[in-house]
Amino acid sequence: MSKEIKQTSLKEDRRLRMVDRTMRIYGNEPHALIETLHAVQESYGFIDTDLMQYVAEKLGVPLSKVYGVATFYHFFTLKPQGEHTCVVCTGTACYISGAKAIMDDFAKKYDLLPGETTKDNKLSLLTARCLGACGLAPAIVFDGVVAGKQTPETVSNTIERWFKNEL
Amino acid sequence: MKKVSQIQTLIIDGKEVGGKSDESILQVAKENDIFIPTLCYLEGLSDYGGCRMCIVEVKGMPRLVPACTTLIREGMEVTTNSEKIHNYRLSILALLFTERNHICSACVSNGHCELQTLALKLGLTHVEFPYIFPKMPVDATHDRFIADHNRCVLCGRCVRACHEVEGAHTKDIMGRGITSRVITDLKESWGSSKTCTSCGKCVHVCPTGALTEKGKSVAEMEKRRQFLPYLKLMRERR
Repeated sequence: MSKEIKQTSLKEDRRLRMVDRTMRIYGNEPHALIETLHAVQESYGFIDTDLMQYVAEKLGVPLSKVYGVATFYHFFTLKPQGEHTCVVCTGTACYISGAKAIMDDFAKKYDLLPGETTKDNKLSLLTARCLGACGLAPAIVFDGVVAGKQTPETVSNTIERWFKNEL
Repeated sequence: MKKVSQIQTLIIDGKEVGGKSDESILQVAKENDIFIPTLCYLEGLSDYGGCRMCIVEVKGMPRLVPACTTLIREGMEVTTNSEKIHNYRLSILALLFTERNHICSACVSNGHCELQTLALKLGLTHVEFPYIFPKMPVDATHDRFIADHNRCVLCGRCVRACHEVEGAHTKDIMGRGITSRVITDLKESWGSSKTCTSCGKCVHVCPTGALTEKGKSVAEMEKRRQFLPYLKLMRERR
């Protein structure tokens, strides 16, 4: 696909209007970068390099900085996510309370490493460095809902119910 | 109007010294020939405070503070070296060595490397931590330069030189923690970068053999960075 065609298809994209709107609210200033990346993540579900380039150009921010910010925060993902997402907290409290065992279980049962999505596009595994819910350690976010005191068993229960469309 | 800075007096390692209120402990120490080891600091670039090699003790402060980002104060009492500080510095150095693949005997910067020099100077004889030996890529796509991530210590000098002096901001650091890496544009190959001016400043500010010129063999890469303070002064005056 030539660059020009890609640009026009971007322009017609309704999701892009959300991104443009965010940038406009902040006067297309460089400091709007994080807010804009939030808008990209929320309307597209991930941030690809074309969009990073678009945002960098519009806000006048260096490309490498956009990439740096997009990879620094765990909230942003560079690849499309599966139907369901699990965010495992690997902050100190969760890690020592058993987040590692849960991650190992993901690797064993679903062949999933952090940042990956299953081949059938059903499940994505992500990690976060502290959700701020240390009292619930180990905490996991199932499709945006925080669940506390998880074990490998409770996690696979939830996932199996997802797969059976019970949830 | 230019801000008038006051003269302050303080004690560094028992020696009474004076400096301007907008100077850091490191600057005043340098002016008075007091040695404080540094790695990410480079004259002509902004202070970063990332490597923590320049940590010093200040009387009355509970923690060690980096000398490069701590401004002097009237009556301050600074200790630049003690057993505690020395041990911390050795640990930091040892951890830097374990994080990537620093193999001096096969390095173009052997003999001219700041990491190596620091290790020699501080007497780092062995590393107690297990080495990680990560598989890091080498980017040799640029016509004149090579980026070898195996030898990078993430000091951020190249990023600052590119942003602050050259003004291109081609390089930045991606990720966080152990996954951090210096990138070119959108993690593209250096050779195809549209923002890089090939000025070579990043290469010459790099303390190790991570950024080097092509065509150099083992121990042949000597960095020239005398231009930096001059260049900064000239650009500030524009």
